[in-house]
Formats: sequence, structure tokens, C-alpha cells
Amino acid sequence: MNRQLNRLAVVSVVLLTALIVATTYWQAWAAGDLKAKQDNAIQRVVQFSIARGLIYGPTTSTVIATNRKVKQKGNTLYFRKYPLNGFAAQTIGYSTQSHAQTGLEESMNDYLTGSNTDLSNAFHNLLNKLGSATVHGDSLRLTLRPNAQKLAQRLLGDQCGAVVAMNPKTGAVYVMASSPTYNQNLAEQHYAQLLHIQGACHEASALLNRATQGRFTPGSTFKIVTAAAALDTGAYTPSSGFDDPGYCTEYGQKISNALNPDQSAESYGHVTLAQGLEHSINSVFCNIGMHLGAKTIMDYAKRFGFYKVPPLETPAGERLPSGLLKPGTGTLDDNFDHADPGRLAFGQFTLGVTPLQMCMVVAAIANGGIVPKPYLVQKIVGPDGSTIKTAHPGKLGRAIKPETAAELNQMMQLVVTGGTGTSAAIPGIKVAGKTGTAETGTNHVYTAWFVSFAPADNPKVAVAVVLEKQANGFGGAVAAPIAKQVMQALLGG
Amino acid sequence: MARLTVPLADPYVLPIAALLTAVGLTEIYRLGPTDAFKQGTWVIVGVAVFGVALLGLRRDYRLLENYKYLFGLGAIALLFMPMLPGLGETINGARLWVHVGGLQFQPGELGKVALIVFLAAYFREKREVLAQGRLKDWGPLLVIWGAAMLVLFATDDLGSALLYYGIFLALLYAATARIAFVAGGLGLFLAGAVAVYQGTPHVRERVTNWLHPWTTKAVYCPLTGQPALRQDCTSYQEVQSLYSIGHGGFGGTGLGSGTFTTASGHQIIPELNSDFIYSAIAQEIGLIGCAGLLLVYMVFVLRGFRISLFAGDGFSKLLAAGLTFGFALQTFIIVGGVLRVIPLTGITLPLVSYGGSSIVSNFLVLAGLMLVSNRANAELEGVRP
Repeated sequence: MNRQLNRLAVVSVVLLTALIVATTYWQAWAAGDLKAKQDNAIQRVVQFSIARGLIYGPTTSTVIATNRKVKQKGNTLYFRKYPLNGFAAQTIGYSTQSHAQTGLEESMNDYLTGSNTDLSNAFHNLLNKLGSATVHGDSLRLTLRPNAQKLAQRLLGDQCGAVVAMNPKTGAVYVMASSPTYNQNLAEQHYAQLLHIQGACHEASALLNRATQGRFTPGSTFKIVTAAAALDTGAYTPSSGFDDPGYCTEYGQKISNALNPDQSAESYGHVTLAQGLEHSINSVFCNIGMHLGAKTIMDYAKRFGFYKVPPLETPAGERLPSGLLKPGTGTLDDNFDHADPGRLAFGQFTLGVTPLQMCMVVAAIANGGIVPKPYLVQKIVGPDGSTIKTAHPGKLGRAIKPETAAELNQMMQLVVTGGTGTSAAIPGIKVAGKTGTAETGTNHVYTAWFVSFAPADNPKVAVAVVLEKQANGFGGAVAAPIAKQVMQALLGG
Repeated sequence: MARLTVPLADPYVLPIAALLTAVGLTEIYRLGPTDAFKQGTWVIVGVAVFGVALLGLRRDYRLLENYKYLFGLGAIALLFMPMLPGLGETINGARLWVHVGGLQFQPGELGKVALIVFLAAYFREKREVLAQGRLKDWGPLLVIWGAAMLVLFATDDLGSALLYYGIFLALLYAATARIAFVAGGLGLFLAGAVAVYQGTPHVRERVTNWLHPWTTKAVYCPLTGQPALRQDCTSYQEVQSLYSIGHGGFGGTGLGSGTFTTASGHQIIPELNSDFIYSAIAQEIGLIGCAGLLLVYMVFVLRGFRISLFAGDGFSKLLAAGLTFGFALQTFIIVGGVLRVIPLTGITLPLVSYGGSSIVSNFLVLAGLMLVSNRANAELEGVRP
């Protein structure tokens, strides 16, 4: 009988060993996946027993997110509090028990909860855990400039739209405002209320970060990309001549310079490329587009970052790539064979561009042709005050030659000094800009844009402003003044 | 006590059992001091029963063999008790409890020990004839064991049913050395499992929870009648238990620092100190502690089989093997269920889980092993036990 007993013993040992293996699987292998599950009730509590790192502006004098300490049944819990009530709400996001997290609160969660894999940090936290002391997360110092951010938000008011501003040399994002906006302090208890906030565009989408998730028809701001392609390929120079009859003929049909069928467009007669940009003449760019072809223009768009999700510290799901959209879907179309090169060239067709992407385009021109890598987090500071990580300004690559950038810089200055963007002019400072007024499908209702950088001879700030559903609102009239004030705030401070 | 009655017993099993009981008691205390006090009381009762068993059977426990049918019928009676109206009580969908006065008791736990005694005695007597496969000799065995299985299914106690089936096959194999019997038994088990799966929604639900605990789309939730994600509905307990285990990681959160309640103070995992005590322990002591704990179980089981190997007679061997294999299998069924190795069936973790009947019956297992080893060692040394 002993042989059978031996075998039974082996079977028993195998069964118990299987348990050790399974435990190892769940506690080592799968632990990360389990932790990331949205319905993990334990993590929800655990995260709130950590003194979450604070979020500051560029200095500790601006506190964007802090904690409210609550003692509950012997546990000390830390709930989020946003003292500035909705400061860059969509970018910062919220951290709640009931609705998890969004924005930087979500993507920087590992740092904010001190669970990033930095060895000394992990060791320190382990000691804290063993001593059942409170774990303190790392705090963030952002690149956002509080005054300019608040100003941009105030200027947007209840209009739907967004403002993005960055340092064109480093990519440090100074302003990222989206409207309509919300107060993150309401996210825990009054979430349903946030879902009903409507802006003037009557879209209940306050939680959407229009700066990175909103894709708008770029209209004439896209002429910068077309002009970049035209100059950089060597096919045109700023002084190349065009005859403008007030329309351009594509596929045998006249495409009017005017935005609405009930308006007659004035004809500029003989103009240069520079003048075409200055006065935003559609027929000039329509002809360039037909000459270069959609592929060349879109290849240049790609060099500026189109068709890629722009890098930023916010969650990947909260950023969208720009490009030609397949009609009726949210997906990008990278087959340019059927693209209409004429309409594409002046920013209509199926283009969908985020304000962040448009800001990157002007930043690249301001930066001598090199696209900067945008970032929001300047510094991560440990609970003991030591610096965990400092942002290193990076680049996404060269989009155009330095000479092309210099030419575009000059041409864009003309827009502000004597063209469509004069309301963005700042006394004593050279401003380079471009207006955009895109058709929305409804007559006399436009998407208004203004993109700019200043000072043009030594760029310190690049801005993109977009306003949705503007009744008779042209980019130069409604968006340019906002860009001007934001630039002034950033250059003055 | 043990020194006096069984001086030559295996020196390992008692300290190991004490260690496991202490681990359980500590974790139960951490989860709720009231329950820990009750559990402490049951441990005292268990030790008393353990002492009485040693005292009463110190001369020769083998006399139990003579009462094998009594044990068999007793096991069925114990299992049947919760079915009696006025006496039984249904908790968590299974009718396993007897309520007398203020005391709850799960008689099925004791039934396990009684059934092992019956099986050991019966197999010892009939092992040769059983091996030949004469139907007549199988009669009493199949009647008693079959009745036990029927009662377990009637009460929806799937964990125990699985355990009893396993013990039966193990002892059948040990006694007859016929691997064909085991194969046949497993075949019947599979056929039975399929039939039960088809026939009982309760079982289907367990298997679905096991295979697909997470859904990305809402499915019909039988608890509310509304569509819901399965992890928010039927598999909630299993899934949250896995989160608890995962949260432990390598080193655990440390005893007393685990998270078992929501911010508002509700317990996250129901049945945490009985069926799911392993996930509570796993969170607090982590992989290192869990591996250690399971190794302690393994040492206990190996000592048990060693006792069985060294025992002098068939009954002793089968008794020790049955008690030990039952102990190991029970551990596997509950911990394996919690770890998603097998579908979850509610059953206690021997010596660790909260539950009076479980503690008492496992102390009886311990008493059995010590009696057998005392006798074997005495025979080896030529001393009169």
C-alpha cells in the first residue's frame, strides 16, 4: 500500500505547489493589471490614504491642486481640492473616488501617489508603509502661467473654443484653456451636473479638452502649411506672382474666394505669394495646391506633427492626432489620392486639426523650422523637496529649412501689420500671425482661428486660438484680439 | 496532555497545527475582534475535543474500526441535519448550518471525519475483494457514499461534494492500487459535472464567473435583473478578492495595514474571514508570507503521509492518509478557488478560516494523526502504546 500512499503524497504536494504558483502569478505577474482595473475597490481606497502630491504652477505660490484631510473610521483619507476652482480643468483633470481620474491627475498618478518605480522613492515608501506612516506623493510644478491661463479662460468666456500658448523654443506649454469648462471640485459629488454644462455652442462637453481633443477645420491658418510646402520645395518664392480673378477653377468649377454663396468676392488682380498670405486669398493657395498636389502638402503637414498624437503628459486618450478625416468617422485618412488639393490648400476639405497641433505649427516657424516637443510638467519634486525629474526641452524634428521659416516669419508679420490680422498688433513688439475663418456647413457661422507668435525677431511665445460656431465671426475680428491679450500677458510677465 | 497520552506521536504536526491556528486567529482578530473572540472560544472547544479524543482512544483507536457502519451512518445523519426543518438554516445559498439556541454549527464538517473513518475501515476490510470488482462488496460503500453525495448536492455544498469525492477516490486507489478505478471515478466525475452544469444555474454561474470574471460590456445580472458588468455583479466577490491578493504584492501591506473596507467603512469582500481568508492574508503578508504559509501546509501534509507510511496496519494507514489527503485537498479547493485555479466553491481553509465546526473537525484530524503516529512509533520502538 505504501507505493500508493507515496503517490498520493506526490499528488498533494503538486496541488499545494500549484497554489504557490498561482499566488505568485497574481501577486507578481498580474498585480499591475489588477491594480489598473477601474472597479478595483481596494485601489480606490488605498489611493486616498496616500497624501497625494500637490500640483503647483511654475512656483509654489500658485497651488492648483491640494488635499483635504478627512478622518473616517480610523483611516485618514485625502480628498482632492482645487483651490482655483476650475483652473485649466480639462488639462489638470480630477481625482475622485466615484469617477476615477482624468487629465494630469490620471497620467501622473504614479508620481502623485509616490508609487513610481524610482528606487529610493520606493524604498522610502516601503519604510513608511511598514511603519504605517502616511505615504506622501511627489508634487508637480507645471509650465502653465497662472495669469495668462486665467486671462485666456476669461476671454473665452462661454464661447466654445480653446487657447494654447507655448514657448516656441522649448515647447513649455504656458496656456491650455478649453471652454466651456467646469469646476473640478464638483466632480466627486455633482458629476451629473458637469455633464450638462453647455457653452454658447450648445454642446454639453465641458469635460472635453478642446485644446488637445477638439479637431476643427483649420481654414486659412492651414495656408501656413501650404506656404511652407510651396517655399520649402523650392517651387515658389514669397514674390512668386499670381493673378486673382476672385476665384480659382478646380475640376472645371469655380471656387470663390468668398465664404458664402450670397457674397461676391473682390478680385485682387496681380498679387505675390506674400500678399496672398497677407490678405488670405483662397485662389492663390488653391492654385498652389493644385500645382503641388495633396500628397506634398500633407507630407509637410506630417513634418509639423500631423497624423501623430502630439506628445504631452496628459493621458494618451485625451489627445488626438490631426489630419484628413474620413467623413462621418473620427478616424484619419492617410490615403491622399482622393483629397481635393485646391480646397485642402486653403484649409477646408476634411481637415481636422487640434489647437495644440496648430500651435506647434506656428511654434516651429518661430523656432527656425524645428518643431518643439510640448510639455506641461516642468519639475517633479519628492516629498522631501528633492527633485525627482526635470523636464528637458526636446524637439520633434525639423519641419522646414531655416530659410523657409524666416520667409514665413516675414510673411506672417505682414498679416498683422497690414493684412487680415491687424487686431493682433501689439505696439512696440513685432507680431507674426495668421487668421483663419473656416466654413462650418452653416452659412455665416464660422470656426474662427488665430495663430501667432511674438516677438517675431526673437520669438518667446506662440499662440493658437480657436472659437467655434461664431456667427459672422471672422478669425481676425474675434480670435486675434484674444491671441493679442494672451501674448501681451505672457510677454509682460 | 499530548505528552501524557501519546508520548511517541509525531513531534511536528501539533506545533504546525498550532501555528496555522494562530495565523488564522491573528488575521480574524485583525478583521474583527468580536469574531476572533468567538473563534478563540471554538479553539478552546477544539482543544478540549482533541484532548478527549486522545484520552479516550489512547489505548487503541483501532476499536473504531468495529463501528464503521455507525460512522458511515453518522456521517450521513450529520450531513442531513441541516435539511431538517426548524434546525437547518440557509446561509449564502447553501443549507449547511444547524441552529441550536444561539449556536450555529456546520455538522457536515464533522461528517467529513466520520466518513473518513468509515472509508478507512471499510476499505481495510474489503480491499482485496473490492480490487476484484465484485459488485456485492461495493454495496454498503456505494450506499453510504452515494447518500453523502446526494445530500451534499441537495444542500448545494459543492465544495464539500468535491472534497468527499476526492477523498473517496484517493482511499479507493490507496486500498486497491487499481488506477482504473481512479480513471473510472474521474470519468464519472466529469460526466456528473457536465450534468450538474447543465442542470443547475447555480453551478453554471460559478463556472462562468471562473472563466470570465471580467466583462467589458454589460451582461444580464441575475442578482438585480438589470444589465451590469459581471465584475459588478456575480463575480464581484471573486474579482475583489483577486484585487486584494494583487494588492499584497511581494511583501504585503503588513499585518493590520491591509485595505478591506471602502472609504465609507463598508467591507469590500463578503465572507472575508471564512471562505476568503486567504485573500485577506495574501494582501497583508504578500507573496513571501503566502508561500511560507503554503509551505507550512505542505510540511503538515508530508508529515501526515509519513505517519501513514510508518503505520503498522491497513486501517491506520488508510485513516492517516484519508485525514491528510482530505486536509490537503480542502486547502486546494478553497485556495485554488480563490486564486481562480478552479471554480470557486465555498469551503473553509483548514485551521485558519473562521468557523467553529471547521476548527473542531480539524482538531479531530490532528488527534487522529497523533494517535496513529504514536502507535506506529511505539511499535517501532517495541514499547506498549
